[in-house]
Amino acid sequence: MAIISRGFKGRRQEDAPRDRVPPGQYVTNDFPVLSAGPTPLISLDKWSLSLTSETGQTTSWTWDEFSALPTEAITVDIHCVTKWTKLDTSWEGVSVDTLLDGVQTSSGFLLVESYDGYTTNLPLADATNGKAWVTHIYDGEPLRPEHGGPARLLVPRLYLWKSAKWVRGLRLSSADQRGFWEGYGYHNYGDPWKEQRYAGD
Amino acid sequence: MERTAVRGRLNWLVAEVVDLIDETGTVKSIVLDCPDWPLHLPGQHVDIRLTAEDGYQAQRSYSIANPPAGEKVVVTVELVDDGEVSPYLIGELAVGDQIELRGPIGGYFVWTPEHGGPVQLVAGGSGLVPLMAMIRALAESDRRVPVRLLTSARSRETLIYGDELRRLQSSLDNLEVAYTLTRAQPADWQGYSRRVDQQMLAETSWPATERPLGFVCGPTGFVETVAANLVALGHDAARIKTERFGPSGG
Amino acid sequence: MTDMHLDGNALGALFIDLFGQEMTDQNGCCDACGAVNPFGRAVVYRDAPGDVMRCPDCGAVLIVAVRTETRLRVSIQSLRWIEVLE
Ligand SMILES: Cc1cc2nc3c(=O)[nH]c(=O)nc-3n(C[C@H](O)[C@H](O)[C@H](O)COP(=O)(O)OP(=O)(O)OC[C@H]3O[C@@H](n4cnc5c(N)ncnc54)[C@H](O)[C@@H]3O)c2cc1C
Ligand SMILES: [Zn+2]
Repeated sequence: MAIISRGFKGRRQEDAPRDRVPPGQYVTNDFPVLSAGPTPLISLDKWSLSLTSETGQTTSWTWDEFSALPTEAITVDIHCVTKWTKLDTSWEGVSVDTLLDGVQTSSGFLLVESYDGYTTNLPLADATNGKAWVTHIYDGEPLRPEHGGPARLLVPRLYLWKSAKWVRGLRLSSADQRGFWEGYGYHNYGDPWKEQRYAGD
Repeated sequence: MERTAVRGRLNWLVAEVVDLIDETGTVKSIVLDCPDWPLHLPGQHVDIRLTAEDGYQAQRSYSIANPPAGEKVVVTVELVDDGEVSPYLIGELAVGDQIELRGPIGGYFVWTPEHGGPVQLVAGGSGLVPLMAMIRALAESDRRVPVRLLTSARSRETLIYGDELRRLQSSLDNLEVAYTLTRAQPADWQGYSRRVDQQMLAETSWPATERPLGFVCGPTGFVETVAANLVALGHDAARIKTERFGPSGG
Repeated sequence: MTDMHLDGNALGALFIDLFGQEMTDQNGCCDACGAVNPFGRAVVYRDAPGDVMRCPDCGAVLIVAVRTETRLRVSIQSLRWIEVLE
């Protein structure tokens, strides 16, 4: 039996706005850096983003081509499975809808790959209709490498591990395929409002 | 040193806080009495666990500051602003409180006088804690292993164990200590006044030809720089052991 | 440097839980590059959702540990062999 540490409350806050802060989360003003490996440094002239359809057709964008795509400004709350929530983060990026423009697909899933070998998966429906972006600007500045720059996926409705840093490729797939953390026991979907942290939650 | 395997899981032990020592304005040593404590080795750490009323728990690692001494365990904790655990240990914990810990942990970043030398210690901020356990063990030993320490702090006020190091330095002729203060120096300061760099390491540490055993401890960025510089000075990477404490300037 | 890793020492307690003994001074061989290193030299990322231990020579993932409320799930990845004390 653990003994109680008199007066210890941890980082949780009683006064967090419950309509904005999912269960089990606390609000942070910092932007903690989470990583499972070394931060890859990708020079913009080597960078590209690809989109692969279920038939294997690939579209790709160089940095200049990507930067020429129409962007959207997004202000959202983000929720990390390690229990911090950051309110009103502001980003600029290209909507996944824009990247998918003109692509015919009946795929149900989006598999995401990063420059460091990281992978994650989500239903395509959670990435389309204004729900996900490939972002390259945070708080008015180019996204810093430790936060996923040159560009990362942003899917604010799911726990942040789905918002893959250093994104390199998006693959449409009719079959779901677990990514890095999903494969090690994290929840396959990861809805912060249902506290879907681990498989089985 | 021969060691036999002790099998099984590490159990959480309940220790009592018997003393609190202010080391600097933001660093405290916590002296614990821990029944059933197995003897530890200098360089090892413990995991400390805090539990809130509703069962919420947080745990962190802290190096052991004292040489093996019965059931006494001393940790030295530096305040991390906005931290979850260190502000509690420094600001809330009182003499007589109970606290849970498990350990001792570690078999790689350890040194006892029996391991011999020469030894090169390099500390950044609270990274001095496990190295101090080694120095204290050296002071208690009759083996006169030559040890050099280079320790870096932001200012004299944040330099931990300053008085004790000065005393040990004058009483032990096999211990040499060099200091650097990276941000603010008193008027009569004799030591270095910059971040640890290759030249400072060359001036204060054993030459690579002496094949010293190296122990480098502190914030991650500090350890990274020092280890890389020691290798650049010709030291064998396999003889330089590192312990990174995590982020922070140092 | 923005890379905030720790050393294998930081996972000392996890190893004791897994292998029933102190492991940081025991060797493991990376299956990706063949390098042999004591566990204590490994590169550890702890801020991630789980603990990730990588080969100090090539960066391959050696061990991933995920703690749920009730369980510790451990995936042994690129380890050709490990040594333990008899
Ligand atoms: C093997 C080992 C031994 C250690 N020994 C000691 C010791 O002897 N004395 C000691 O004071 N600490 C030691 N540490 C560090 C300690 O475990 C905690 O990381 C530290 O006390 C911060 O915990 P916290 O809960 O207060 O901060 P957290 O709530 O964990 O972090 C709060 C903020 O501070 C940053 N942060 C995290 N860790 C540090 C750090 N070490 N320095 C500066 N900023 C940080 C975080 O990124 C975060 O933004 C050791 C760590 C390891 C791995
Ligand atoms: Zn390897």
